[in-house]
Amino acid sequence: MKFFSHETLETKLPWLIIAIVIVISIGGLAQIIPLYFQASVTEPVAGLKPYTALQLEGRDIYIREGCHACHSQMIRPFRSEAERYGHYSVAGEFVYDHPFQFSSHRRGPDLARIGGKFSDEWHRVHMNNPRAVVPQSNMPAYPWLEKTPANAATISAKMKGLTILGVPYTPAQIAAAPGELKGKTEMDALIAYMQCLGIHVKGVR
Amino acid sequence: MSDFTSNFWNYYIVILTVLGLIFCIWLLVAVGKREGAKASDPSHVWDGDLTELNNQLPGWWRWLFWVVLIFSIGYLIYYPGLGAFKGIGGWTQIGQFNQEMNDLDAKTKPMYDSYLAMGVADLSKNQKAMGTAENIFLNNCARCHGSDARGTTGFPSLRSGAWSWGGEPAEIEQSITEGRTGVMTPMADAVGGPEGVKAVVAYMRSISNLDHDMAMIAQGEKLFADNCAACHGADGKGMKEIGAPNLTDSVWIHGGTPKAMEAVVVKGLNSDLKDGDFAMPAQKDVLSKGQIHLLTAYVWGMTHK
Repeated sequence: MKFFSHETLETKLPWLIIAIVIVISIGGLAQIIPLYFQASVTEPVAGLKPYTALQLEGRDIYIREGCHACHSQMIRPFRSEAERYGHYSVAGEFVYDHPFQFSSHRRGPDLARIGGKFSDEWHRVHMNNPRAVVPQSNMPAYPWLEKTPANAATISAKMKGLTILGVPYTPAQIAAAPGELKGKTEMDALIAYMQCLGIHVKGVR
Repeated sequence: MSDFTSNFWNYYIVILTVLGLIFCIWLLVAVGKREGAKASDPSHVWDGDLTELNNQLPGWWRWLFWVVLIFSIGYLIYYPGLGAFKGIGGWTQIGQFNQEMNDLDAKTKPMYDSYLAMGVADLSKNQKAMGTAENIFLNNCARCHGSDARGTTGFPSLRSGAWSWGGEPAEIEQSITEGRTGVMTPMADAVGGPEGVKAVVAYMRSISNLDHDMAMIAQGEKLFADNCAACHGADGKGMKEIGAPNLTDSVWIHGGTPKAMEAVVVKGLNSDLKDGDFAMPAQKDVLSKGQIHLLTAYVWGMTHK
């Protein structure tokens, strides 16, 4: 009986499993692994800074409330998208995102370049009741955000965790983080996060 | 993109891809040479009557595989895919995108050029131009100013005729291009606490013909002259250079109830400049000059029929 014959693979399951794993890994080995060694993927774009404590807390609220279920943060390089949302997204904008919020659904508009597009007050009114500013909106209201204080107890631990993943927070920043959340509501945090999205790459292309 | 940290990754991808292709070709050739199993071979019979044979792959399937393999070789030569090799076709995703955008620019440039050459007054009467402008407005402005441009509390109506920053075409164009952020400092302490706030609001209501507490007007008028007139003018008619609105008309951007007016006096607006709470965002990075010119005419035309 030949070693790599059909019979060997079909009758000796461990060899079949190993052979399958090798074959299906080739695509990932060629397409995914080299991305970790590409400057355009791993280097931040000019001006990009790690999220401040308030922005980071806002980002966690964004995830908690499931915003990513309806809003993408990924402008594809198509004319129609650039015309509506601005410059297409580039990998260097997301290097401090763990995990990124690209999402795959657009029940609502893309938010990759929402930063600076509206005033803080617009976001506040809109989050409390989207219909107040956009009558035809089907977005749910999030009125509790304004009444809930931002959680200052866990922010330092979150930032420490992110440093392990490569986000360059300094010990001083981590120590100051709970103070930055003092007196802020979850609404303040979420708005701070939204206002910093996509502001480092400007223009339509 | 092929900005690898080391050229190793270039060869790594090339070798994996080429070996993968060679493996597939070898497999096809090897399988093609094999003879089908014989039905009489007892090692392929289970449970007495279940026969499973290692038959030759169907011919159409093998030929399809050959076609796919040859296609992939052609693809890897023409398109970027083999490590850092850019492909002889010179195609890039961003190149295609830029081509799309340039095509659009080329198509719309004559239109926008002709609009840019027109004055705002003429343009506002050009139906075709205003149709385009309406689409731009709905996509970019309506979320704050409303699809009917009448705004809502905190977001100015563009049809009221009241212009905090001026309603001339050049002023509107400036507002759209660079955005506007007016700043009003919190005045509660300056006017002497809650009583003073009530008095100032009573005076403001008196000069804009709203119901008010007559007894407080005298005190309010003095407080207004000392604290508010510097920006809103001695007559309360505002100062468009700094976006201080006219307080004598019937337009109240942040609400015209005594409670809403008191809240503005107490808290101010945009007093924490980092916040930019009530800012009109600049549109210069979002819209082209031609689009902004069209919008200017559209907005100006709302109050100049």
